[in-house]
Amino acid sequence: MGHEAGSGPVNVRLKSDNLSIRTALGEVIDALKARRVDPDALGSVEIVLAEALNNVVEHAYAMRDDGDIEINGQIAGDMLLFDITDEGAPMPLGEVPSGAPAKLDVGLDDMPEGGFGWFLIRQMTEDLTYLREGGRNHLSLTLSVM
Amino acid sequence: MKLSSSIQGDAQVIVAQEPRIDAAIAIQFKDKMKAETEAGEGRVILDLSRVDFIDSSGLGAIVAAMKQISGTRRMELAGLTETVQKVFRLTRMDTIFAIHDSVEAALAREA
Repeated sequence: MGHEAGSGPVNVRLKSDNLSIRTALGEVIDALKARRVDPDALGSVEIVLAEALNNVVEHAYAMRDDGDIEINGQIAGDMLLFDITDEGAPMPLGEVPSGAPAKLDVGLDDMPEGGFGWFLIRQMTEDLTYLREGGRNHLSLTLSVM
Repeated sequence: MKLSSSIQGDAQVIVAQEPRIDAAIAIQFKDKMKAETEAGEGRVILDLSRVDFIDSSGLGAIVAAMKQISGTRRMELAGLTETVQKVFRLTRMDTIFAIHDSVEAALAREA
């Protein structure tokens, strides 16, 4: 990494399985704490990154547990910029799903048990871009830590 | 994934003894909730005060746990921590569940 523990960009690499996601999230959150990011913002950061990483494992790598994922984070003033890259399958439509809110005006039996992920990401990010390049997915997420 | 269960007054109180309900344990959580709530009757209060973090898989598993409690039983939630509360609020799932500040507050209210 070539940086002091408490400064500079954040770089975490992980394999595509759920327990590695836990560990990686812990590393990112610890790195942000060391960089004095407002602790109140860390819950949102963790939710957004968890949803994005779960999506990579579930869809890009279709639950294969040996895929490579890389998280790069930078602090720019009041903004946190994250780039998540993987070598899995591209997004089906070549773009990030719209993330419509789940329909809750239904009977109990039809209450949704999924489909919240992109909605949560969109609610908590200022900017979201997706790029497929050189056989890799690049998802860039910008969060405000104001 | 550990749950503990006790009967308090008219309610079965289930405490989620995990700091996270995420994609790694969502299915286990749902299955253990089913095992805990299959027998018995009356209210089910799920105490989430020890859970610091849920993702959408965890939220889905909590919804699934509510749905699989059959018949007249009703599942309520208590003790949501800050990040957990945020997930419920943003997805508006806080409008679907009865949510109490704590188990004590839930028990103080008639079902």
